[in-house]
Amino acid sequence: MNDVMIFSVISLGAIGIAAAVILYFVAQKFKVIEDPKIDEVEEALPAANCGGCGFPGCRNFAEATVKSANESKHIEGLNCPVGGNDVMTTVAAILGLEVEESKPLIAVIRCNGSRENSPQKVEYDGPATCAFAHNLYSGEGGCQYGCLGLGDCVAACQFDAIHMDPVTGLPVVNDKCVACGACVKACPRDIIELRFKGPKDKRIFVSCVNKERGGPAKKNCAVACIGCGLCEKECKFDAITIINNLAYIDYEKCKLCRKCVPVCPTNAIHELHFPPKKEKPVKPEAAVKEEKPELPASKEETDKGGVPPEDAKPGNQQA
Amino acid sequence: MSMLTVSGSPHVHGDSSVKKIMYTVVIAMVPAMLVSVYFFGLDALRVLVISSLSCLFFEWLIQKYLIKGPVTIFDGSALITGILLAFNVPSNLPTWIIIVGAFVAIGMAKMSFGGLGKNPFNPALVGRIFLLISFPVQMTSWPEPKMLFGSMASQPDAMGGATPLGFLKEGLKNSTVPELMSKMPDLMMDFIGFIGGSLGEVSVVALLLGAIYMLIKKVITWQIPFAYIGSVVVFTGILWLIDPDMYVDPLFHLLTGGLILGAFFMATDMVSSPISPWGQIVFGIGCGVITILIRIWGAYPEGVSFAILIMNAFTPLLNRWLKPKLFGETIKAA
Amino acid sequence: MGILKTFSLGGVHPPENKLSADQAIEVLPLPKQAFIPLNQNLGAPGVAQVQKGDVIKVGQLLAKGEAFISSNVHSPVSGKVLKIDNVMDPSGYRRPAVVVNVDGDEWVDGIDRTDTLVKEIKLSQKEIVEKIHQLGIVGLGGATFPSHVKLMVPEGKTADVLIINGVECEPYLTADHRLMIEKGDEILVGTTILMKGLGVERAIIGIENNKPDAIKNMTELAGKFKGIEVCPLKVKYPQGGEKQLIKATIRREVPSGKLPIEVGAVVNNVGTAFAVYQAVQKNKPLIERVVTITGKSVAKPGNFMVRIGTPIRELIEKAGGLPEDSGKMIGGGPMMGKALLSMDTPVVKGSSGILILRESESKRVDVKNCIRCARCVSVCPMGLEAVLLAQLAEMEMWEESEQENVMDCIECGSCHYTCPSGRPLLDYIRLGKSKVGQIIRNRGKK
Ligand code: SF4
Ligand code: SF4
Ligand code: SF4
Ligand code: SF4
Repeated sequence: MNDVMIFSVISLGAIGIAAAVILYFVAQKFKVIEDPKIDEVEEALPAANCGGCGFPGCRNFAEATVKSANESKHIEGLNCPVGGNDVMTTVAAILGLEVEESKPLIAVIRCNGSRENSPQKVEYDGPATCAFAHNLYSGEGGCQYGCLGLGDCVAACQFDAIHMDPVTGLPVVNDKCVACGACVKACPRDIIELRFKGPKDKRIFVSCVNKERGGPAKKNCAVACIGCGLCEKECKFDAITIINNLAYIDYEKCKLCRKCVPVCPTNAIHELHFPPKKEKPVKPEAAVKEEKPELPASKEETDKGGVPPEDAKPGNQQA
Repeated sequence: MSMLTVSGSPHVHGDSSVKKIMYTVVIAMVPAMLVSVYFFGLDALRVLVISSLSCLFFEWLIQKYLIKGPVTIFDGSALITGILLAFNVPSNLPTWIIIVGAFVAIGMAKMSFGGLGKNPFNPALVGRIFLLISFPVQMTSWPEPKMLFGSMASQPDAMGGATPLGFLKEGLKNSTVPELMSKMPDLMMDFIGFIGGSLGEVSVVALLLGAIYMLIKKVITWQIPFAYIGSVVVFTGILWLIDPDMYVDPLFHLLTGGLILGAFFMATDMVSSPISPWGQIVFGIGCGVITILIRIWGAYPEGVSFAILIMNAFTPLLNRWLKPKLFGETIKAA
Repeated sequence: MGILKTFSLGGVHPPENKLSADQAIEVLPLPKQAFIPLNQNLGAPGVAQVQKGDVIKVGQLLAKGEAFISSNVHSPVSGKVLKIDNVMDPSGYRRPAVVVNVDGDEWVDGIDRTDTLVKEIKLSQKEIVEKIHQLGIVGLGGATFPSHVKLMVPEGKTADVLIINGVECEPYLTADHRLMIEKGDEILVGTTILMKGLGVERAIIGIENNKPDAIKNMTELAGKFKGIEVCPLKVKYPQGGEKQLIKATIRREVPSGKLPIEVGAVVNNVGTAFAVYQAVQKNKPLIERVVTITGKSVAKPGNFMVRIGTPIRELIEKAGGLPEDSGKMIGGGPMMGKALLSMDTPVVKGSSGILILRESESKRVDVKNCIRCARCVSVCPMGLEAVLLAQLAEMEMWEESEQENVMDCIECGSCHYTCPSGRPLLDYIRLGKSKVGQIIRNRGKK
């Protein structure tokens, strides 16, 4: 019995030593000489491997930054949206460079076709993937541009930043969003856009992507942009353009003055995280009045942090 | 009128369902159950009931309280596992051991992988092997068939409580095949079921009845059982021709032990067997060869369970290597 | 009759439910307003040739197909063009269409509207192809592939046989069946025209055995035509698939990823043959087609000759209105048809039928875990592993999907039909096909 044990110990030990030696030589032989800075940069990155920077992983991004810094002495066009300014400044410091502050972005859902605004006309019975449903048909509410509500964007988000609101059937982004853009790519209808997060999270955007003329657009959805052009005229900063019956607010030009919000006859323009308006201009639609005051209230909830979207009220508060 | 439904085609569904398939298998096992009760008496009934009920119970327990998902114990799959487990143990097995077996089968081999359809191994077999390794004595002391009505005198005393295969394996150490065969019941007895063994192993007739039913109902395909049995026949036939003193004839191998049970009821378990016809044939042949290797040269007299489990492990590989025939030969654009 | 021919791989037998098989084709009255989509074929959309306010006649060109794979659209009605606007297509997407306020039924000159059979073919091979192109004939089996393109055999390939698809393997539908009974001669002349256009001496008409009257009628009539034989086939879905039909009739297998011409065959539908007859012999563009309206709760299932652009509402009303218990409206058959969203959807060139399912038939069965029973594999007529393809699509593994030949799937739905766990296999495979198709196209661009 003892012999067996000793024999086992010796043989296993020998195998171990032999393997170690082989491994050592192999490692030596195949060692790639790499810029140590790559490791340093990688250390500084959030290690989310989310692909938001456009590279498959953080390591690749680190390699690209170091390469760019070595070759052309700048790292412009390379940005880790997850890490934001802090990380990019650190990375730049490692590489002996400086970066301009970039304004943080956040995902914005540009559809407000909730069950209430765009009543259900047919019932979908099939796998819960927007990509398939998009190929199959226009949507339960009939809008061929609107959100299908099957949550491909939710599945794509690695940061737990986007959830479906069970009442509205629309996704809601919370402040865990790091603007990696995964949901933007996942959405087959191009509903999600990355926009400036804005000072104190204040944002204004057109919550609709319907390119139909007014009539057909309104037919399916009460809050569709009908391309009437009132907001375009109202905007003093030329931030609003109307293309294909659809208004778009350029977030680089928008000064968040809120003038366009009340003029929209269908209430398609959303303002987020603004304090309540003192005096409200009288609007033609009663529905608009009811909805307006809800906005800031629900925003406060979100600001207090982490109110789960299940608790969110129907209306136009997805951001 | 309610809202119209929108979905992708096809808009009609055939009448097949998981439940239907599973209960067809259960029905196919009825003859063998009856025979086992007939031969082993109420003890057999006890084993069957305990095994099935505890399988159902564990599945319910796990689905309800662990997974907290929908409870699907009535889809028939747990029942099959229960019956198969019972078929694979001797009728005098203590109740608590059966329950342990059921727990291993359902809890470890099935639910821990995600339930029906996800288990890589046949749950009943895992349960059985677990019991065989943990409780070798209880699992291999076979009671003599004592008939429900009257007694049976056909089992020669020389065999004691051993199965024909066990008897052969032991005997071959100092005897030859013809000599041993003369001490055993003739093959007709094996065929009908007057032999010792696990519940479901004894009667080939009853098993074949069920197998034919399953084949007619298209619940199983011919590939696995036929490849399995065929390879056993060929393999043992060759050995037998080489040396009839050392090796038994193929018929004996066919009619004894769990071969028929394994080939038709356990190797064909669709969850853990390959998808393509060719994969299934290779799977069957593999089972056959391993079974005989174990029976003749292995430590155990019986190799069906091990063979099937080993081939289960190869299923993903077989699925990858042996693809079904594609319509039109593939010309891939370079 | 001996052993009937069929294709060898896979296949299923859905209940046939041919409720309207004995209903003679009736002419549906003209609609008040017609919606004629500009794109009614596989391939590039047509370019509108009329404007708002134009007064148009039946047979006038509405849209011109300018790309190679595209076809012309003619006006099926006379009246005033109300507008050119987006109109809901079968999938609910709004696409450009000409909306016409129907007024009378005035035809352009030169169209022979009589029923007399014209047997003599005057046009040359080239003229035939040109005529078929001009008059907007597309495959009427459902895929709406422009017919003239099929007649132009690519360089280096030869066609030796024309196969006419009279299979109608979809349950419920009976449009082709009725056509074969009522317009047998016309179909045979059309077949002869197609043979001439293609330059082949032999044609086979494949008909499934569940239509004995059609087989009898066609066999009797075919005796008078040269080189046309009728081939009765065993009932099996999806025999109407081009590749399956070729395999069933002439035992040739079209290679994976290739067109039927690779094995010297061209397949056309009986409806197409009829349309070709009308175009070449009577100068009549494709402006109407036979549509089956059916369903177990439909009061009067039937077959109608319908002008293109007629809203399906008119068809449904003619058949006794939308039943109370309707749960799903399908354009086409139950296996491959599209669920429709609205009764305003117009009939297009590819509409073979409208099927109304009861509410109890409309919902899919509950989805359960795959039990790896391999039924989906054994029924696939293309020899694909549906279960694997669906899994790959679910996991978004497009490259692997391509390697597993996802593009070979003919979307017959046999896999989903047969899956005991009710898994939406075809839905995921379709998703895989569209993604892989995109990847392949992008690769082509680079
Ligand atoms: S919400 Fe979208 S952009 Fe924001 S972290 Fe999630 S996936 Fe990225
Ligand atoms: S936003 Fe886009 S991806 Fe998200 S649920 Fe809506 S349609 Fe789907
Ligand atoms: S038919 Fe359904 S259950 Fe069977 S293997 Fe295919 S997907 Fe799985
Ligand atoms: S739909 Fe595609 S994968 Fe499914 S059976 Fe038909 S050809 Fe095969």
